[in-house]
Amino acid sequence: MTGLLILIPLALVLGLIGLGAFFWAMRNGQFDDPDGAAARILIDDEDRPE
Amino acid sequence: MVAQKAFPDLAETSVLSVPGAHCAGCMSKIERGLAEVAGVQGARVNLTSRTVTITHDASLDEHQLVGELAKIGFESKRRPRSVEKPYSAIKPLLGPLAVAAFAAMNIMLLSVSVWSGAEGSTRQMFHFISALIALPAVAYAGQPFFKSAWGALKHGRTNMDVPISIGVIIACGLSVYEVVVGGEHAWFDSALMLLAFLLAGRVLDAMMRDRARSAVDSLLGQAADGALVIREDAAPEWIAADDLQPGMVMRVAAGERLAADGAILNGSSRFDQSLLTGESKPIASHIGDMVLAGTLNLDAPVDVEVSHAGRDTTLAEIARLMEASTQNRSRYVRIADRAARLYAPAVHTLAAVAVVGWLVAGATLYQALVIGVAVLIITCPCALGLAVPVAQVVASGSLLRAGIMVKDGSALERLANVDRALFDKTGTLTLGQPVPDTATLDALSADEAAVALGLATHSRHPISRALSDALMARGVAAASIEGAGEQSGVGVSGAWNGLAVSLRRPESASSMGVGLEIEGYPTRLIPFADRLRDDANEALAQLGKLGIASSILSGDNPEAVAQVARETGLTGQAGASPADKQDAIARLQNSGRNVLMVGDGLNDGPALAAANASMAPGSASDVGMQAADFVFVQGAFASVPRAIRASRATMAVVKQNFVLAIGYNCLAVPLALLGYVTPLVAAAAMSLSSLIVVGNSLRLVRAAR
Repeated sequence: MTGLLILIPLALVLGLIGLGAFFWAMRNGQFDDPDGAAARILIDDEDRPE
Repeated sequence: MVAQKAFPDLAETSVLSVPGAHCAGCMSKIERGLAEVAGVQGARVNLTSRTVTITHDASLDEHQLVGELAKIGFESKRRPRSVEKPYSAIKPLLGPLAVAAFAAMNIMLLSVSVWSGAEGSTRQMFHFISALIALPAVAYAGQPFFKSAWGALKHGRTNMDVPISIGVIIACGLSVYEVVVGGEHAWFDSALMLLAFLLAGRVLDAMMRDRARSAVDSLLGQAADGALVIREDAAPEWIAADDLQPGMVMRVAAGERLAADGAILNGSSRFDQSLLTGESKPIASHIGDMVLAGTLNLDAPVDVEVSHAGRDTTLAEIARLMEASTQNRSRYVRIADRAARLYAPAVHTLAAVAVVGWLVAGATLYQALVIGVAVLIITCPCALGLAVPVAQVVASGSLLRAGIMVKDGSALERLANVDRALFDKTGTLTLGQPVPDTATLDALSADEAAVALGLATHSRHPISRALSDALMARGVAAASIEGAGEQSGVGVSGAWNGLAVSLRRPESASSMGVGLEIEGYPTRLIPFADRLRDDANEALAQLGKLGIASSILSGDNPEAVAQVARETGLTGQAGASPADKQDAIARLQNSGRNVLMVGDGLNDGPALAAANASMAPGSASDVGMQAADFVFVQGAFASVPRAIRASRATMAVVKQNFVLAIGYNCLAVPLALLGYVTPLVAAAAMSLSSLIVVGNSLRLVRAAR
């Protein structure tokens, strides 16, 4: 029984952290350009001035 | 975005659409190229919507940025005001979906332990925790359904969201009661799983519409968005179409579209009015003649005094005709809502009958109510809610890969019923632009072809561009031309290996074409004509096999229509104004036909909006593309029968899905009526029926083949 008391809140907290992260990502515009995000990894920007 | 914050006063943000951007290389080329331009602080490409957001000084305007992008090698357009802030249908649904999925999974975890035998205080605690998670989650994630159901009920109608909302609310209400009295069954998992499944279906549906819309938006903006206005006391200035005023004088270069109606002050040229009237033959206009917004200046630069601008142009008049007919189409009732009209009352009656029946049979009020609720939950249209969107999403994805964009899910339903097709001529059955005669190009020697290409690349005139496209497609390499110069209205001339060469307009203005002159060679005349699309005849034959009669409905003159009618073997109506086209469609609809309109021009806009379903080629005018349900981007005319076949296959699958979903209900309802349905049975049955429906819909992956 004591195991449950620890594990259930733990499971819920972890789940909530995931949910919170998803909402943060949505507000932050991470889903604005899914195709571009997939392609950006291929940009070879060694010679970028910055 | 960072740059914008750093220079709050200096920076302006412009969004341009870049239809040509499609890979990582394009993104980096555009972003780096723009970063090197003086005054640009930052640029970021959005590949999904094919746009680039540029932060820049106030010293640059969008017109200059378009020029800079052209130097980098990308064609770009300013976005029309209406699409500057694209509305996304997905965003408002993602939050509810995440919450519903989170809550459903956690509650399922607790429910599994209850099902596997947790008892007494453990079960009570698990039910209590479930309630804590479920109630706020349902209140948040259920909103899209509750709002839509309430909206329908307020107007005395019913839709699929009504039984969904009632089912979810009653399941939660009963479960709360069970928690309070320490009962055996809580239904929170069913309620949230239902919401999660249905939201997933809607997100898919929204994704399809967003993708199609952004694809179409990136094609928009072909009409002139402004004009170079000349004044006596100041340098010429680029003024946006909306800000043009009567009395201003605009200079229109050859190859540009007019942004407003007006009278020619200076110069004379020929104008292509095909966008407005469907008439393919260029009209010669001289000083004092009226010219219309949206027409293409073909030959020489002219100065035009604006007489009507913005909302007063002929263009705007057509837009008004169109608005009126769009309202007609909104009366179409989608198949899911038609099903809901029958389904919701049937289910609610059944639940009521169950309660009354058990009371009569001697059960307690509580027992009778639990059974009634079980009936409502088991009949909650989970699979039914997925039946239509999943099939349509899979089919539209397949069509998108085949180059056909579906702008609206209900369009597939409407297209499946079509039994009569009308085609515009210019730009739809034909390519809509003059192409050089193939036989003449075959007859050119290698040198002649190379010189013609070399000269043509020095001009932006539509004829030159068509010639260079055709020659390049044949693999001709351009000869280098020294001292090439364009004389507007006449042609391009230069020197090749010391010989004087030129491409010029033929003396007789009656036919469209270009003369190739090379010193010491005979002059070659290359005729230009609008040509039938390559696969038009084959596609029309396929339409015939699908049981669809076709005919031509064109605004062009009778001779031009007669020629295309001969080539395609169709009957045709010529000289039809936008209002005539609308009438022709209304007549067919009144005689009980479901009409498909395929057209591209502005003059087809009202007809496209009035028809039961409509398609436009990707080369169509903005208006045509916005009015049409389907836009096919590849030149292939075979897209028309292909889309019809795919939509019929989709409707077949949708109907199978309904049979599967309702069949499942027929099996489950007797169990519920007899009181055998527990939360475990409900959860298993609901998932199973949803999986079957999704699996069946996935067969449409190859629908557009």
